[in-house]
Amino acid sequence: MSTIQNLNAFDPFADTGDSEAQPTNYIHIRIQQRNGRKTLTTVQGVPNEYDLKKILKVLKKDFACNGNIVKDEELGEVIQLQGDQRVKVSEFLTTQLQLPKKNIKIHGF
Amino acid sequence: MSDLGFDPTLKKKKKAKKPEEAGSASPAPEAVDELFASLKKKKKAKKPEDGTEKAGSPDLEDLSASLGDLALKKKKKKVAKSSDAVDFEQQLEEAGLEDTGSASATPTGESTESLQSTGMTYEDLLSRFFDILKTNNPELAGDRSGPKFRIPPPVCQREGSKKTLFANVQDIATVLQRNPEHLIQFLFAELGTSGSIDGEKRLVLKGKFQPKQMESVLRRYIIEYVTCKTCKSMNTELKRESANRLHFLSCRACGSTRSVSSIKTGFQAQIGRRKRA
Repeated sequence: MSTIQNLNAFDPFADTGDSEAQPTNYIHIRIQQRNGRKTLTTVQGVPNEYDLKKILKVLKKDFACNGNIVKDEELGEVIQLQGDQRVKVSEFLTTQLQLPKKNIKIHGF
Repeated sequence: MSDLGFDPTLKKKKKAKKPEEAGSASPAPEAVDELFASLKKKKKAKKPEDGTEKAGSPDLEDLSASLGDLALKKKKKKVAKSSDAVDFEQQLEEAGLEDTGSASATPTGESTESLQSTGMTYEDLLSRFFDILKTNNPELAGDRSGPKFRIPPPVCQREGSKKTLFANVQDIATVLQRNPEHLIQFLFAELGTSGSIDGEKRLVLKGKFQPKQMESVLRRYIIEYVTCKTCKSMNTELKRESANRLHFLSCRACGSTRSVSSIKTGFQAQIGRRKRA
């Protein structure tokens, strides 16, 4: 009663934990509609230290889909996968490659 | 807005006061007798209070003030009459004064208790309090932005077999206070399609999309480009700084400004027929 307990528990100027406010190297996972109910998943911005070829090989086997690597002039190498693999890809990236989840952005509907 | 600062404190004290009172009442030796005595008194004191509440409802602050006055007066009269409750009342008041540090908090706490004893439950009182608060100053009753923002559900119709008609983009954009073009640009980037606006200002998207899917995309747009991150208000404005070509989101409710990322389409895979080299 005499002291308001809410006030002393929280320091507004303390570090919030996320050190870099905006990581610039996002991994974008997108979906594109093809003809019919077919879709295409693209994974853009995987860091350079990973071997995309090996990742693709694992992904193809895991998701039982085809895929390939496309070289883009501005955006570097992009993984393309057949079908809607967005959730699976993000799961793979976080669990197998230990990439932080906040760096992954899933686009599309 | 003097009552803006005033009301919440009153409310808090009211809430905080109650358990304290109960605690001080129970350990006393003749607790039961005294409690009954005070109950009787409060019943008597209740009627005039009700009258003032009805009459003085337009101004909340006045209401609580007059309530407090009335309760105080009544108490003093009664205190003179019944001698055995005097000590208890005084103790109570002293305790209240010491703890809250303001005289006005004690009577208001008493008055709610007295109302409660005459049949109104805590829920009734609480809802009535919020009704009054909502009619008088709605911004204190939880609605931060006056009328609540309601986004109409996206209306999607199929146009032919390959295109989707998004009928109410314009309405949604106006509700969100955004430029429709900005919203459409975002939709195109996010859905990875292209499209056009027809004669009735409806959006024609290439590809098949369900309203549910559009809703999730719209939700993402609202989080990214409409809501204020600091106060969660939707009453914001998107401005484009011509000097550095960045978009800034400024909140009309709290005045904070933040930069938002520009809409990027990113990588678009080649779909359909390949370009001839």
